[in-house]
Amino acid sequence: MDASTSVRYFQESNGDASFGACSYGEGGNTAGRGAKVSLVGLEKRFDAVGAVCGISLEIGSGEFLTLLGPSGSGKTTTLMMIAGFETPTAGDIAIDGRSVVGTPPHKRNIGMVFQNYALFPHLTVAENIAFPLKQRGMDRATRARRVADSLAMVQLPGYEARYPRQLSGGQQQRVALARAIVFRPRLLLMDEPLGALDKQLRENLQLEMRRLHAELGITFVYVTHDQEEALIMSDRIAVVNEGRIAQLGPPEELYDRPRNRFVASFIGESNFLSGVVRGIEDGFLIVDCGWAMLRAAATRPAPIGSAVTLTTRPERMRFVDPGAMPIGIENRMRVTVRETVFAGERCRYLLRGENGETLILKEQSGAATRRRAPGEMAEIAWAAADTVVV
Amino acid sequence: MSYTGQGTATALIGAPATRPSRHAGAILLVGPLVLYMAVFYAAPVLAMLARSVLDPHLTLQNLVRLAGDEVFFHVFGNTLLTAVIVTLGTLLLGYPVALALSRMRGMAATVTLVVVLLPFWTSVLVRSYAWMVLLGRHGLINEALRGAALIDAPLRMLNTAFAVYVAMIHILLPYMILPIASVLRQVDPALPRAAASLGASPWGVFEQVVLPLSMPGVIAGTLLVFVLSLGFYITPALVGGPRDMMLSQLIAQQVDLLNWPYAACLSATLLAATLLLLLLCQSLPGVRGALRQSMR
Amino acid sequence: MNRPALLSAVVLVLLFLALPILLIIAVSFSSATYLTFPPPALGLRWYRAYFDSSGWLDATWLSLAVGTAVVVLATTLGTLAALGLGRLPRAARTAAAALILSPMIVPGIVVAIGVYYAYARYRLIGTPLGLVLAHTCLAVPFVVTSVAASLSNFDRRLEQAARSLGATPWGAFRQVTLPLIRSGVLVGALFAFITSFDELIVALFLSGSGAITLPRRMWDDLRFAIDPTIAAVSTLTIALTALLLGGAHVLRIRAGRTPRV
Repeated sequence: MDASTSVRYFQESNGDASFGACSYGEGGNTAGRGAKVSLVGLEKRFDAVGAVCGISLEIGSGEFLTLLGPSGSGKTTTLMMIAGFETPTAGDIAIDGRSVVGTPPHKRNIGMVFQNYALFPHLTVAENIAFPLKQRGMDRATRARRVADSLAMVQLPGYEARYPRQLSGGQQQRVALARAIVFRPRLLLMDEPLGALDKQLRENLQLEMRRLHAELGITFVYVTHDQEEALIMSDRIAVVNEGRIAQLGPPEELYDRPRNRFVASFIGESNFLSGVVRGIEDGFLIVDCGWAMLRAAATRPAPIGSAVTLTTRPERMRFVDPGAMPIGIENRMRVTVRETVFAGERCRYLLRGENGETLILKEQSGAATRRRAPGEMAEIAWAAADTVVV
Repeated sequence: MSYTGQGTATALIGAPATRPSRHAGAILLVGPLVLYMAVFYAAPVLAMLARSVLDPHLTLQNLVRLAGDEVFFHVFGNTLLTAVIVTLGTLLLGYPVALALSRMRGMAATVTLVVVLLPFWTSVLVRSYAWMVLLGRHGLINEALRGAALIDAPLRMLNTAFAVYVAMIHILLPYMILPIASVLRQVDPALPRAAASLGASPWGVFEQVVLPLSMPGVIAGTLLVFVLSLGFYITPALVGGPRDMMLSQLIAQQVDLLNWPYAACLSATLLAATLLLLLLCQSLPGVRGALRQSMR
Repeated sequence: MNRPALLSAVVLVLLFLALPILLIIAVSFSSATYLTFPPPALGLRWYRAYFDSSGWLDATWLSLAVGTAVVVLATTLGTLAALGLGRLPRAARTAAAALILSPMIVPGIVVAIGVYYAYARYRLIGTPLGLVLAHTCLAVPFVVTSVAASLSNFDRRLEQAARSLGATPWGAFRQVTLPLIRSGVLVGALFAFITSFDELIVALFLSGSGAITLPRRMWDDLRFAIDPTIAAVSTLTIALTALLLGGAHVLRIRAGRTPRV
């Protein structure tokens, strides 16, 4: 999106205090444009089934927050409650400090993008995008201008007269996006908007959405079950499982320091090893796994004698020569290679550990690395800092 | 959801063509029925219609007489008027039911559907009889009003145009409700939500999204009810008065009087009006799709 | 959206739809000689009046007999035609379909007097045969549409597969096609029966005085008096039709053509 369009988009301030007199240029000050969202003890029961069992969350102004979880986890229900299409059984939702639980959806002034785009088939692209402006009583000339700006922002200039059925999936999604932001909401909700698209298109649109978020500066709440998508796009991720938040934090934190087994296995791949805590040293735990003593970062309190599960990411492990003792790589294990899968830029190994555990190791391909064959015995090593207690 | 089975008529005509060697077998299969219907149905009807211009030699005199016939115009006008009123009535009463039906789930939907389909379980004769029982001088409504001391003398409701309208609306309501409900059910449920999220009030959602998208069903239902109304006989004969005569009654009367040429002309007119309407509406843009969509 | 206004309007219309019919059923169980609601006492006198009357019973038997004959004739002709229609060249198919389905569009009175006009010449008036011949034409469209619908769900290649596996054309039809379209045929047959059983307009002209069907008998009675016996007869016909249509519905669910409602 070019800066001049976005400048013009936000300079028509209509005396709107929330946009105020922000001077704007490329990478300009977007502070205060997004809504603050506060979820407090949110619950939703359908008959006897609890879909959402206590979700509390503070979303900052202009943040890109993703609700990530498997189907049925309650993430979509939570989004629907924020939008107003479901009423919470308990708890409160506040936007910019004001509770909205009693407000019907059409008065909440929130932008929303649906999974199957929900474009009105009987209206043209222009009429679709102008729809929210029409509800707000805007005059025809202003509507036309805003629609044109909106289309330019999603890179579909000139598409006004087309009908949704004449557009491809990606184009429809962009129109849906344009329609949801044309009335300048402070909050944009998205319910798995890229789910129906193919991989390449999805990746392109993911980047476009990130760019759009940066330009607009409003709060995005995004729902998806695709963890890779969440890692790419979000400022923070709330991993939702069975109606509760399993972990909340920036992508790196969720990836490097998962707090429980669910997050460790839902995001990326993980190896799990169990053992008993024998000691604590310099902020590291000494864990007895039976066949060796491992060191792990003390990411959570674990008294001596307690049983713990350790987890490490497959790409943090590497093959080492039996005798070698590289510095800072404290944990070692003898393994047998069970399966080798070459996948272009990486090689993925399925290994069998000392006690018969299955481990995954991912290694970047390169001239220096020797591909191991199934049946081979080898030694792997990884850093204590990369070992986390869940 | 298939509410009516008649949509497959369009499916029949739309099937792909086949190789010539199968034609022989096809003719053997279809031939008997075609022959049968030609002999016992098509030929008789056509022969009767021919009486309008063959009397016994070719003449247009009967048609010309028709053009100047006051009784005919009165009856034809009444038939059209009745059809219009009944169509409007079924539309006004039927649309809300179709709307509600499309939104219901589970037991409520089943019950509503059963009630809407209930008239299909009763013949037109029985339904007309029901209205005779309700509207008669000593019928149920009058007896109830008299019993509640709300009136002294019985109201004249039977054998009036009012009775014809009410009874026909009652009988034809399902034909309006089902196509509309069928189309409404196919509307993506995300659309009303999207409209609400964009700021449309509940009425705005209906007016700007639901109503336009229901149009194919409305068109199909209107067409169906109107065409069926034109040809109604039993109901107006039973509950209507002599001044509310409809075209089919006039035809029957003329046949009783053995005025075959005249009856034939009237029949031709009725048939022509029916066919004209169907053809006219078929050519309107989107109507064919509307019919197909609502019969699914 | 459960706006109270919409809901109450809907309930009113549904009452409007249901009440007249329910009242007839209720009245039929009244033991009073006049029409009144609620009935002073319940009883089966009008049912007894029906069963005691040879006039009514004769009419019923005739309608049943004619209906059965119509079912046989219409189902046979209609099923064969439905099977063959798909294989005709396009022009012939459209013409044939138009002829076969036209009774659904042509106003009943036009069909009735046309048929009367011709059948009178061959002394078919007042005979069950005349009724059967005419009713079949009215019933056939239902059979054809029903069978065609189940055929449209039927993959022709199944028959070809059977033949490639060694079945004769007739064998393939009997063992593969027929079972799959069976429910369509049955549903068509049920509708054919109901069409004939309830048919009045054609019967008015063709019954004469020798072949009085049940609807014709009811009509004659109605012209002279609103006899509560008719309420009993109506209730019985409603029950019969409901039974048959219920059966048709079950068959369609079994064939997967109608979602369970």
